[in-house]
Amino acid sequence: MKNSEKQLLIKKHSPHSNIVKNFLISFVFGGLICGVGECLFLLYKSLTGDTELSSLLVTLTLIFIASILTGIGVFDRIAKHAGAGTLVPVTGFANAVVSEAMDSQSEGYVLGVGAKIFTVAGPVILFGTACGVVYGIIYFLLSFFGAV
Amino acid sequence: MENILLSILLAFIGGGILASAAQILIDLTKLTPARILVSYVCLGVLLYAVGLYDPLLKIFGSGVSVPLIGFGASIGRGVMESVRDEGAIGILKGGISAASAGITLSLVLGLCASVVFKSKPKKM
Amino acid sequence: MKRVIKVKNNISIISHASVGGGEERRGPLGDKLDFCDPSDTFGQSTFEVAEGECGRIALNTALTKANLSHEDLELLVAGDLQNQCVGTSLSLGSFGIPFLGIYGACSTCTEALLILSAFMDSATDMQYGGAVTTSHNSAAERQFRTPLEYGGQRSPSAQWTATAGGAFLLGRDKTKPLITEYMPGKIVDGGTLDGSNMGAAMSFAAADTIISYFNETGRKPSDFDYIVTGDLGRVGSDILEDILSRELPGAECFHRDCGLMLYDTSRQDAHSGASGCGTSAAVLSAYFLPLLESGKIRRILLLSTGALMSPSSILQGQNIAGIAPLIRIDSPISS
Repeated sequence: MKNSEKQLLIKKHSPHSNIVKNFLISFVFGGLICGVGECLFLLYKSLTGDTELSSLLVTLTLIFIASILTGIGVFDRIAKHAGAGTLVPVTGFANAVVSEAMDSQSEGYVLGVGAKIFTVAGPVILFGTACGVVYGIIYFLLSFFGAV
Repeated sequence: MENILLSILLAFIGGGILASAAQILIDLTKLTPARILVSYVCLGVLLYAVGLYDPLLKIFGSGVSVPLIGFGASIGRGVMESVRDEGAIGILKGGISAASAGITLSLVLGLCASVVFKSKPKKM
Repeated sequence: MKRVIKVKNNISIISHASVGGGEERRGPLGDKLDFCDPSDTFGQSTFEVAEGECGRIALNTALTKANLSHEDLELLVAGDLQNQCVGTSLSLGSFGIPFLGIYGACSTCTEALLILSAFMDSATDMQYGGAVTTSHNSAAERQFRTPLEYGGQRSPSAQWTATAGGAFLLGRDKTKPLITEYMPGKIVDGGTLDGSNMGAAMSFAAADTIISYFNETGRKPSDFDYIVTGDLGRVGSDILEDILSRELPGAECFHRDCGLMLYDTSRQDAHSGASGCGTSAAVLSAYFLPLLESGKIRRILLLSTGALMSPSSILQGQNIAGIAPLIRIDSPISS
């Protein structure tokens, strides 16, 4: 049987994800988390009066909540339904870091937890930083020649 | 009061759009969740660099700062401010220092969780 | 090329046992499994060791049922789903039985029975041998997919690696289900590199084995009560039945898949069904062998199906390959 025939058969019989349902659920969860974030932001801002600090505190609070939910084994039960709704807010990043750390504990703290904690965090930090460096170079050159 | 409700609603809409866009990418293109996270961080840097992030932040508030785009944008802002204030060395210094609080908290909580909690078998 | 090999002596499955975890206990075969641990840990501190312990319990149970001691076994052929088959070697070493560790991904159950039958058919003074196969959901998730607490969504074509195991003791008792033929599988390209659609990737290997078997022997599918595949799941079974209905019309009616029997997908969210080498081992022991022993069915073909890949090969863009070795098991009563 040719590879193209196999691919046709696989396509014919493989079920599709329920795109509409997944879209709606992820929209609601993603929106709820950001809505809660906005409530926290307004609260922190009324307490501190500092926009930038309040925004940072929101991120830290959500990371904390996601980490606890991951630890007690609830996060994955929610994310199973929420999909990208819990992945895209900073909660998904925290879950990836904490779940990798918890999972590799049986392989020891240095090469288990220490190394594997970066399985998902590593690429995010690496490419975020790399993009930052590219932007930094461009911005530096532009400001050097007086363009900005 | 109305302003508060409106800003929460806008945050809901902004976060919802970003999350459901990622969901569609996962369902239709088989893009893995890890790649989505990386793309969103890079997108955040890009949006900040071209000057689109701040207008979006004004409209959607936490709707764009809570998703990982906000994480990327803070890297972009850190680099820009650092280059502006300190020159070329800012290219290397600005990014991670701007994102340091989020990264540090995640890592420390991860370490704590690995001491306190144990992974449980998945349930269907 | 001749692929089907006849077993010349009486080689029979004299005793067997099945073990499962929590989800397997909740499934339709839950009360037929010999032992279940709802916690999935089997009293061990890591899931890797738990997978081995699952096999140790199965082997001990099978020995007790046959009133034999581990010293009676002259050879043990066993494997699991982990890197370097470490679950098996951690747990079965203490028995001190001569050991052959094998890896056939999810095809290990049939592969072990095939190798052991071939051994005992040529070493005619060998009285007893054992075949053990296990898989563990948590160990497989950790090795092949994501951490257990990671919040991800599974694709609808994905299968659920069973926390299950089976042990089979082979002897020469004519009154037990007899292994009468065997046929090694061929490595067949699965046409996909989608790690969450392994049933599809394995279905082509199963089709190759089934069609070659009937072409070579000239038998008809209706000579068998069931043609049993290991863990094709919903997607793989649909593809296999689609191919069979064109190439070997009628054969698709006799097809059963162990991956669709371990869980009740109407109340268990197993997506496309069960997978893992413990699936066919547990279902063979808990469901098909009792039917053969009582004479309710005359004979079956068993093909455990394996998806041959590693996390690295997938990341490197290599297609998943499938394999499906076959054994024929006859009831002692009607033959």
